[in-house]
Amino acid sequence: MNAPHAMTAGTAAPATARYDWGAALKDASLAALVTLGLCIPIVLLRTDQGAGVDLLLRPRIGMVASFVAAVFAARLLHHVLLARRAGRPLVEQKAEVRTTPNAVPWAKMGLYAFMGVAMSFPLIVFLIQGGLSESRYWVDLGILVLTYVMLGWGLNIVVGLAGLLDLGYVAFYAVGAYSYALLSTTFGLSFWICLPLAGILAAFWGMLLGFPVLRLRGDYLAIVTLAFGEIIRLVLINWVDFSGGGAGISSIPRVTFFGVPFSADEGGFASLFGLTFSPMHRVIFLYYLILGLAFLTAFVTLRLRKLPVGRAWEALREDEIACRSLGINTTNTKLTAFATGAMFGGFAGSFFAVRQGFISPESFTFLESAVILAIVVLGGMGSQLGVAIAAIVMVAGPELLRNLGFLKAVFGESFDPNEFRFLIFGLGMVAMMIWRPRGLISEREPTAILKERRAISGSHVKEGHG
Amino acid sequence: MSASVTTAPAAAGTALWERDAVLAVDHLTMRFGGLVAVNDLSFRAGRGDITALIGPNGAGKTTVFNCITGFYKPTEGMMTLRQEEGATYLLERLPGHSVNWKARVARTFQNIRLFTGMTVLENLLVAQHNKLMIASGFSVLGLLGIGPYRADEARAIEKAKYWLDKIGLTDRADDPAGDLPYGDQRRLEIARAMCTDPILLCLDEPAAGLNPRESNELNRLLLDIRRDQGTSLLLIEHDMSVVMEISDHVVVLDYGTKIADGTPGEIRDDPKVIAAYLGVEDDEVEKVEAEVGV
Repeated sequence: MNAPHAMTAGTAAPATARYDWGAALKDASLAALVTLGLCIPIVLLRTDQGAGVDLLLRPRIGMVASFVAAVFAARLLHHVLLARRAGRPLVEQKAEVRTTPNAVPWAKMGLYAFMGVAMSFPLIVFLIQGGLSESRYWVDLGILVLTYVMLGWGLNIVVGLAGLLDLGYVAFYAVGAYSYALLSTTFGLSFWICLPLAGILAAFWGMLLGFPVLRLRGDYLAIVTLAFGEIIRLVLINWVDFSGGGAGISSIPRVTFFGVPFSADEGGFASLFGLTFSPMHRVIFLYYLILGLAFLTAFVTLRLRKLPVGRAWEALREDEIACRSLGINTTNTKLTAFATGAMFGGFAGSFFAVRQGFISPESFTFLESAVILAIVVLGGMGSQLGVAIAAIVMVAGPELLRNLGFLKAVFGESFDPNEFRFLIFGLGMVAMMIWRPRGLISEREPTAILKERRAISGSHVKEGHG
Repeated sequence: MSASVTTAPAAAGTALWERDAVLAVDHLTMRFGGLVAVNDLSFRAGRGDITALIGPNGAGKTTVFNCITGFYKPTEGMMTLRQEEGATYLLERLPGHSVNWKARVARTFQNIRLFTGMTVLENLLVAQHNKLMIASGFSVLGLLGIGPYRADEARAIEKAKYWLDKIGLTDRADDPAGDLPYGDQRRLEIARAMCTDPILLCLDEPAAGLNPRESNELNRLLLDIRRDQGTSLLLIEHDMSVVMEISDHVVVLDYGTKIADGTPGEIRDDPKVIAAYLGVEDDEVEKVEAEVGV
């Protein structure tokens, strides 16, 4: 957009510069015009079922007008904000620049706060909803969010720390899920034995993927990892004898409380602890199980970052050639990153299988990889807290947007908020790209300090070449 | 190809660097398709010497460096590195990272390659990766918090402090490397290379872009490194004041071929070197043209 350059003008001569309102008005009109152009094919005509088979076209001129007006107003408001910023004295601006971004204690506090809320979430929901069964929806949503938090943290090792763009992360999730499903249904192994096995198998597949792609960078690496994800899915669909094909694997054994089943009969969890049986016991146990797994991921990642291997990952993201000149075996370093990330994907996968009780290749499409990658990128590559927030936004966000009933008061009774939740979600993403293009938390925390802890601004941190 | 190689006139092959060479390059040839970047190059770099590799732009100096430090596999030739304890490494046969870790050859880059998003201190710690990796039990023991990793990391930080002090960046240890001014980045890159405990340090145009004062500081730093660490230096340089002031031995390349090899004094007066840098006089051109028959 040809917005008037108020910012640059403001920094040059702030006190005297007058904001160019003519240009602002022109810009806002242009935005309104673009909106009009977009609205004519998308919003203007609505097809309603007539009395018979015929369709009735109903023009919605009022709606288009309100959209255009809204965009015009929003754009103008943006300019008002810019003008106010331009009007600020220069001294104040300088002071703003001087304060180095010291987000480290803040980020750490945030992570602890997230952990605290996550730990007490079922209790909070129980108190608010006033009963176990009533809180089922929320605890289920919590489990879903935490699964993505864990996947995000796992992928963060590969993408955020080592800077290797992996578009096929869901493959390891699938390997983990099928490992548990097949091992438990075929050999009757318990979940607690299968969990580490699933991690090991996924890590092994991570290495297998790692070897051929070691020489690739950037787009080429992304394509091969994408293909790997698809290959795994297609093998699972087509190798019917092994994986059950598209029908998937059903009746996977449910999770047990370290050997005690969550059943209503004698010897079950409820009777053992003298509680009245409720299916929610299992759900809440699953919640804490995924919470534990996610915390394990975060703990290991934070710890690895401070070890030489973690520093080597980050150095690899910054400059691979310099790494090699310093005697770092880049092959092994990349493989460990792939394997570690894949292992956590495997853990999450076996959790998915034990939670669902049924898995099929349908659950492991490219869209899943894209969502996980979006979580990592949105959160800020390498940031634990950012990824956690992004997972909540990405997974719980569209869910929560279902409850937009109050908008009916604005747009009338016929307005269905469900139809617009992804539009609102998309708007949010666009806003993110404008204001925080490097993710929610782009500052990097140093892994070793001599005197003073300072966060490193995201502008210095490289994103890796693939 | 009978390349016109001027052997050092200093007592026919008994120059200091011939007697105890830390690096011996023999018949090194590097071809990129049809282009011969380095042609049958042989030279010695003496132990404890500062050897300068000079030549006009495009003479193949950086290609030689890339061969020595394992970034290119040479088409032909042999590069032998002799450590003081007697261990010998054929650099062309080592995998890339082993050139630094096993043979202990470190390098810097013409266009500085620091880890800009990491702090100055972290840059120096990454350089000590392999030692720390072993100390952390290849991450397994370190993850569990057992083993000697803590003590070793403290030692690594001490070493980083030593080098920070040496290059005068102690105050900026916790700043991102990308925030440093250019001259400091150059020195940090040298310090980072030195943190790998090299016996041969290869510097690719360390004085490029430095002002005279910084260039002087650099000379002092390089001489200190040689004196205190006993590291041999091999440097590519265009700044003749640096070359003439600190180097013991100069090798001149032109079009991938060695045209002169000797002490700075000898090189300064060598007509071939002057011709390569400044061009030849007009009557010589006429003479050649007459021979060819233009």
